[in-house]
Amino acid sequence: MSAAPGPAGLLHPVAGAFRGFARYVQGVMGADAYRKYLEHHAAAGHGTPPMDERAFWRDRTDRQDSNPQGRCC
Amino acid sequence: MGTMPEDGTRTADGERNPAADESLPPTSVDDAVRDAEERRWTPAKIATWVAIALLGGVAWFMLALVRGETVNAIWFVFASVCTYLIGYRFYSKVIERYLLKPDDRRATPAEYKADGKDFVRTDRNVLFGHHFAAIAGAGPLVGPVIAAQMGYLPGTIWIILGVVLAGAVQDYLVMFFSMRRGGRSLGQMAREELGVIGGTAALVATLLIMVIIVAILALVVVNALGESPWGVFSVGMTIPIALFMGVYLRYLRPGKVMEVSIIGFVLLMAAIIGGGAVAGTEWGAAFFHLDKVTIAWGLIVYGFIAAILPVWLLLAPRDYLSTFMKIGVIAMLAVAIIVVRPEITVPAFSEFAGRENGPVFSGALFPFLFVTIACGALSGFHALISSGTTPKLIEKERQTRFIGYGGMLMESFVAIMALVAAVSIDRGIYFAMNAPVALTGGTVETAAQWVNGLGLAGVNITPDVLAQTASNVGEESIVSRSGGAPTLAVGLAHIMQQFIGGTGMMAFWYHFAIMFEALFILTAVDAGTRVARFMLQDSIGNFAPKFKEASWRPGAWLCTAIMVGAWGAVLLMGVTDPLGGINTLFPLFGIANQLLAAIALAVCMAIAAKRGSFKYLWIVAVPLAFTAVVTITASIHKIFSSVPAVGYFANNAAFSKALADGKTSFGTAKTTAAMEAVVRNTMIQGWLSIIFVVLSIIVIVTAVLATVKAFRNTAAGVPNVNNEDRPHPSRVYAPAGLIPTPAERELMAEWNKLPADLRVERAGHH
Repeated sequence: MSAAPGPAGLLHPVAGAFRGFARYVQGVMGADAYRKYLEHHAAAGHGTPPMDERAFWRDRTDRQDSNPQGRCC
Repeated sequence: MGTMPEDGTRTADGERNPAADESLPPTSVDDAVRDAEERRWTPAKIATWVAIALLGGVAWFMLALVRGETVNAIWFVFASVCTYLIGYRFYSKVIERYLLKPDDRRATPAEYKADGKDFVRTDRNVLFGHHFAAIAGAGPLVGPVIAAQMGYLPGTIWIILGVVLAGAVQDYLVMFFSMRRGGRSLGQMAREELGVIGGTAALVATLLIMVIIVAILALVVVNALGESPWGVFSVGMTIPIALFMGVYLRYLRPGKVMEVSIIGFVLLMAAIIGGGAVAGTEWGAAFFHLDKVTIAWGLIVYGFIAAILPVWLLLAPRDYLSTFMKIGVIAMLAVAIIVVRPEITVPAFSEFAGRENGPVFSGALFPFLFVTIACGALSGFHALISSGTTPKLIEKERQTRFIGYGGMLMESFVAIMALVAAVSIDRGIYFAMNAPVALTGGTVETAAQWVNGLGLAGVNITPDVLAQTASNVGEESIVSRSGGAPTLAVGLAHIMQQFIGGTGMMAFWYHFAIMFEALFILTAVDAGTRVARFMLQDSIGNFAPKFKEASWRPGAWLCTAIMVGAWGAVLLMGVTDPLGGINTLFPLFGIANQLLAAIALAVCMAIAAKRGSFKYLWIVAVPLAFTAVVTITASIHKIFSSVPAVGYFANNAAFSKALADGKTSFGTAKTTAAMEAVVRNTMIQGWLSIIFVVLSIIVIVTAVLATVKAFRNTAAGVPNVNNEDRPHPSRVYAPAGLIPTPAERELMAEWNKLPADLRVERAGHH
């Protein structure tokens, strides 16, 4: 819903809908966390370069080690 | 976590309308415009809501008043969905407008604390799914199944009305208040709002309640896997699959979450199908045929190792798998029920609705039905999820209604579907599966004889039917598979085989259902142990500061061992209980969960009072009073009832007396050792009940005192302490609900016209 539909989306509405659904599931699963981190990093204008993908995911799970999130019953 | 308010106390005034950036379009729809929009009733809008109300009314009429031979499952869908829509559109709107008063001009923590990691503005629809996946697990799938003992109607009414008036309200309020406090946890809020005594009681109660909840969830898994080689193999395979996924994500292809989830899912399906083949071989059947005590010990050892392993290796990958399955399974179940529309033959109120000695769970309808179904109607555990994680991801304040209230409605719908699945199977099979061995005798002949002897209307089951059902689902026996999960699996297999695959696929669907329930529960067990371990470390850390260091291994291992030992002891108690662990322990699970809800609602009431919303305090006070009455009554029954099946101490006395009289077998216990076990178990369970109820009463009393004090302060014109974070002006806009209103669309268009460089988020970095 953020980006405007690209030409492919206009040509193939089914493919576009599928892509939208896939993007939604990715969001729910948290698969887009790195992309969001990069967006934030670029927007916030830090002087330091962002973590690369491997380092980001390492950092993410390692932080969960000391900050566990509950899962409900 | 661990974030402190940026400055001390502030008054409730002076936080309104933080100065907005003039160069940006408005960050909120104008109040007057929104008001006008909400109050404008076009004929189309009126017609829609009249149609929803009529359909819901007809559905309720079909369920509650028409007494035919059968009732179609589709009416459950209509009754629930129509009631949810009305509750969401009207009641949650009342809460929003008069009690919470969200302000989109205020930035959310995801905006003013943005760090790209924990605090990230997340699209509302994505966050809805994310939050739903975090709150929904095995709970709503199990409780309604067990409650089906009393017929379908009591459970249906409680699930649907309970969620609209209590469960969703709790989730919404906790989420909103936590969001206003930078995503603080329930425990931190209790400490701030209720003071040291109330806060400490809330913390200790939460810790104990988590132990009970984890133990009983584990008991459900043990009961589902006991003497089931197929189940043991396929669920056991989830461990190497998760380890593989963990290594894949860490070293091979970091960040490819979807890819690894799909690989994991395929492996999982292979494990289910392979389980059937393995269980079919002689060595497989012998090797994976484990009794419940062995499985319980296995689970305890596993629980300890899983909780000290790094998150990336086991917990994180299994969480992906579990989320992936959750979305798929629930969508599949909904589609199947709508397509198959099974006829329900179970009566609205069963013979056990008016008795307190039911074989599945003991105790009278009031209060025990209301604790047996916790998740799906009102679940205190959600307060731990709704505070903390999700509030750090919310984009705009007004979205909390959709995510908090709406997310819980969705879980309630899952509970309704589980109930439908449970009542769609034959009642004879239901009771044969869910009664303890002590009653059914464990064989198909004795079980059939016992069920037919219950005198249930329309129930006449033959041993052949039980044997046939077991062989259809690929199990040696289905007699006395209590705990809810196997019954749900049979119900789901029964519905799904009509949808895809026929009888030949029933065994697959059964083990598919067992697999996903075990997956949800194991994730909850892992995460619960970890969260509890940190709470314990934090508490001990007040006396021995070294324990507060999360990275200090000996402390972490010791606290993990204590927590695993605690739930492990309760689990073993349940597994070895001659009375059948679910029958005695499940009420304790429900009571624990509902007491946590009472604690959460009490904290919310104190906060709402401090904000000065006395006129609408009933929105919190009514569900709080209800859950307090239910849980305290249930606890009193459990502590003081003279009926041994209900009261822990009555049972304890009966068995102690039998032992003193020199008897070597008594009731369901066939040996002296078993009798001694009952004496020990009932004593522990009784004292746990006492501790829970005392702690909860302390929390509720401190909350009432805080509320009264807030009322006096307000009457005297003294400002109340406000623990909210300092308001920051928002610089972004997003609509509140699933479908944007015309006014919201207009505002979105204005924002979309803004040049990109002006739209960048300017985070609150210092």
